Amino acid sequence: MKMPITDAAVTAVLGYAVVFFGLVLLMCVILLMGKVMASKSKAPAVVGAAPAPAPAGKADLPAAPGSAGEVKLFDVPDKEAAMVMAIVADKMGKPLNELRFKSIKEVK
Amino acid sequence: MDILGTLGGLVQDSGFAGFFAGGGWKNLIMIAVACVLLYLGIHKKFEPLLLVGIAFGALLTNIPGGGLYHMEMWDAYIYNAPYDAANQIVLYNVEEDRVMTDEEYINALLASAGHSEAGAMSMQESVMVALELMEEGVLKEPEILEKVTFTDIAHHGGLLDVLYIGVKAGIYPCLIFIGIGAMTDFGPLIARPSSLLLGAAAQLGVFLAFFVAILLGFSGPEAGSIGIIGGADGPTAILTTSLLAPHLLGPIAIAAYSYMALIPMIQKPLMRALTTEKERKVKMEQARAVSKTEKIVFPIVVAVFVILLIPSTAPLIGCLMFGNLLKETGVTDRLSDTAQNALMNIVTLFLGISVGATTVASRFLSLETIKIVVLGVIAFMCSTIGGLLIGKLMYKLSGGKINPLIGSAGVSAVPMAARVSQDVGREADPNNFLLMHAMGPNVAGVIGSAIAAGFLIKVLG
Repeated sequence: MKMPITDAAVTAVLGYAVVFFGLVLLMCVILLMGKVMASKSKAPAVVGAAPAPAPAGKADLPAAPGSAGEVKLFDVPDKEAAMVMAIVADKMGKPLNELRFKSIKEVK
Repeated sequence: MDILGTLGGLVQDSGFAGFFAGGGWKNLIMIAVACVLLYLGIHKKFEPLLLVGIAFGALLTNIPGGGLYHMEMWDAYIYNAPYDAANQIVLYNVEEDRVMTDEEYINALLASAGHSEAGAMSMQESVMVALELMEEGVLKEPEILEKVTFTDIAHHGGLLDVLYIGVKAGIYPCLIFIGIGAMTDFGPLIARPSSLLLGAAAQLGVFLAFFVAILLGFSGPEAGSIGIIGGADGPTAILTTSLLAPHLLGPIAIAAYSYMALIPMIQKPLMRALTTEKERKVKMEQARAVSKTEKIVFPIVVAVFVILLIPSTAPLIGCLMFGNLLKETGVTDRLSDTAQNALMNIVTLFLGISVGATTVASRFLSLETIKIVVLGVIAFMCSTIGGLLIGKLMYKLSGGKINPLIGSAGVSAVPMAARVSQDVGREADPNNFLLMHAMGPNVAGVIGSAIAAGFLIKVLG
């Protein structure tokens, strides 16, 4: 069944308006939710960040042997670091010498 | 034993003979089209996970005599009309929107047997000829179903008919949405809720394409199904079309997934044309922190709020948010893993091949398909433009803090559209990282296209 052009125009404009209206309301709800959460908890978790710089105090740590002098190890023995690098290379399916590791840190 | 007769029967019943009967040549063209789609999926890697399935479904459904998919039976289901399951005839006059008369049915029966004089004889003569053809085994004893149900389809249909029930019942797109939800991080959207404006703006193509489709002579439900291609969300497009205009499902699904694969080619020129070098170089500030609790509460709030607002979005938004909740709770890792991998893969497999099955030559090879393909690209382009324009507005209002390139990511196509924003941003400045900022509008687009689909289903369904 054909739809009159005026009805189609009204439907199109109304539809676009409904999508905007719905998402603007949702935006308000999320903003409100964020405010409520922020007032209760201030534990940060970074989103959309560029790679974080290395901690200033640890910048002078010695590089791991055999890694082109670039990998910084934080509380990680050489053997474990080598294993981590090998596992990452294996999982990625790339030769180890084509990967660049910046630092390896044990999360405690 | 009549060896020659048996061999003759085998040749006559073979699919090869089908290519030379009636519109059999169209099946050959569709097989070639399916091979081109397979090439695009396998060699060019155009959305291969779905396109390969769709193309192979198209290949199977167009092999004469395969009997894997029965378009006529689904027509009977859609029109709620009687169906001759033995001879595969829908007793429905589509032009006049009514059930066939007995005379029309007998004529259709004779025409299906290739009887050239069908319609030129009296009713009595037609019946006599039909009875003779039944005795000869050319026609089968009619088996009329007053109304086709899913049970009838499971009983009389082929393999792809049975799999297609999942599309028609709206099961596969919703299950895929569970998987998408489980794979999506809404953190960037929660951190910057204004991204939702970009997700809304990027639905422009949906409604513009809908309007243009009406101008081109499509019906309201058909135009709505075509418009939703602009939402750049395959499952949403399939669900909407299967509810509004199931006869267009094949071309719409193929157009939607093909254009999603072509997003870099469609969007990049528009992004460069509509933004200045200065705008493209804008480096956005790090978004605020998002807590674990916020991420858990988010899917619950969105599901309740959006479904209350537009109840027809319930299947899509409900499943999307359920999948996301599985991911974020931290106590349902096994379910989240299943939704992201096993479930997603199984459903994608069924969805692809059963949607491909709807590309029956007699229906697919038409002017309508060409119009849908053209309208699809218009929808994609307009959606991109809508997102970019609001992105530019936000750039102005924010005093140059928001890069308008993230606006184009408002078309859902996750994460391809966000990657395109990242690529174009880095072309202007190699140190510009827009990916995570573009993910906000990108996932907002998923919600936006679900709302647009809900609106179209409600108004046009």
